[in-house]
Amino acid sequence: MDRDTLSLFAGIGALLALASLIGFVLKWRSRGAASPVIDNLNARINAWWVMVAVLGGAFWLGHGAVILLFAAISFFALREFITLAPTRGGDYPALVAAFYFVLPVQYLLIAADWYGLFAIFIPVYVFLLLPILASLGGDTTGFLERAAKVQWGMMIAVFCISHVPALLTLDIPGFEGRNLLLIAWLVLVVQISDVLQYVCGKLLGKRKIAPRLSPSKTVEGFAGGVALATLVGASLFWITPFSFWQAALIALIVTLLGFFGGLVMSAIKRDRGVKDWGHMIEGHGGMLDRLDSVCFAAPIFFHVLRYGWT
Amino acid sequence: MNDTPIPPSGEDLPPPAPPPRPNGGLPQRLLARLIIGFARLLTGARSLWRGCAPEKRQRIYFANHSSHADFVLLWSSLPPALRTRTRPVAGADYWQRDALRRFLIHRVFHGVLVDRERSEPQHNPLQPLLDALHAGDSLILFPEGTRNLEDGLLPFKSGLYRLGQACPQVELVPVWIANLNRVMPKGRVLPLPLLCTVSFGAPLSIAADEGKEAFLARARDALLELAAEAD
Repeated sequence: MDRDTLSLFAGIGALLALASLIGFVLKWRSRGAASPVIDNLNARINAWWVMVAVLGGAFWLGHGAVILLFAAISFFALREFITLAPTRGGDYPALVAAFYFVLPVQYLLIAADWYGLFAIFIPVYVFLLLPILASLGGDTTGFLERAAKVQWGMMIAVFCISHVPALLTLDIPGFEGRNLLLIAWLVLVVQISDVLQYVCGKLLGKRKIAPRLSPSKTVEGFAGGVALATLVGASLFWITPFSFWQAALIALIVTLLGFFGGLVMSAIKRDRGVKDWGHMIEGHGGMLDRLDSVCFAAPIFFHVLRYGWT
Repeated sequence: MNDTPIPPSGEDLPPPAPPPRPNGGLPQRLLARLIIGFARLLTGARSLWRGCAPEKRQRIYFANHSSHADFVLLWSSLPPALRTRTRPVAGADYWQRDALRRFLIHRVFHGVLVDRERSEPQHNPLQPLLDALHAGDSLILFPEGTRNLEDGLLPFKSGLYRLGQACPQVELVPVWIANLNRVMPKGRVLPLPLLCTVSFGAPLSIAADEGKEAFLARARDALLELAAEAD
């Protein structure tokens, strides 16, 4: 890890220490009175420590470990997605292919730096392969819906998430050997936007922005979170190949995408009648609850960089 | 030295000496850990203790049965201290078929095999289960008797009632295993990774004047109710 990465993680550690301190004081001030909001806040902060430690560990081990980590994240996300998207017996071959063939191949293509194939493997080849496999089952009940569910799972949980480690494949002149910082910047900006939307919403939130999709999201939370996260992204321009204003604009784009990603994934959850995708991450819900915003931001961030900086 | 110890007052039966437990070997324990880790990776193995707590009490966990992996998942979702004293009840006809299955069921899972085909009609098929209960072990039992590939539950076999009557101190805990039938569809070899939950309900006991049919219906309803809550 270079000095910038270390100072970035030190900064995040300081931020989390501050968050833990605030959580502790809030808990102490409540004097043992049960408060689900404070308990959930503390569970979230503790889970953040774990998530930052895992990502930091992967960074320390190098590119291979980061690719492997996101492959595992894709696996857990896909497991949550398919669990909530009911399929039928006839989808078995398509699901076997999805978990045991498509997911590893997508990450192998990224590890092999084969942009020409990893960018179209799922949207083209797998898009056509999955319904072919499903048709072999001979079951026509809800065929289009079932095929679409598996394809959506592939796109969101594998294709979109894989664009985070795909940032390692970009050759940006003058930025050689520092691509891990692109991952750090993207994940930090998108996640801090989620956190700041939550904080602003809890402190100032009044008007609900999408009451049917996501009752906890408010206009105040959205505006405050996106504005502050954009500012954070801009002020971290020194770890990116961007200038201050470029960093601000791109931070605005990824935080907006993150927000809408959260809304879309929320709509799917509401339709299925659940609040969370899973229970993997204490206080946050499932892997997809934490990554819904990253799913939508990562591919666009990747292509903005690829188009403008390579 | 070989005097039988006098049972402490208040207990009607001295527990017979437990049979030698075959769980000593390190390879077997490692294999058990490996199988549990694999079950967790595939299914998340989330346990919900709705009606009781994971306590060290003697219990018969009775669950719905849709796949050969059912008891593995239920067994994996118990805390280790309980798991070592909990033995799955499995069909002898299936598990005695080859050396690998025999090794797994005896050495790794410490299963209690039940003779579903009653090859020796004069023997009580429940005797091995009663022996295990008398030795202080808990059991995992599938009262449907066979795998059910449809929704809901098949009628219960009478074993649960007879075991509950013979050992009234044992708690009868309903356990609903959700989604595992999607993980291992019938006739497929490769399991799919999908999240499963194992819900533990409130313990039942047989009322003094309760008949077999009435109790089995009540036990079945308790399990179906747990299934409805889990959805």
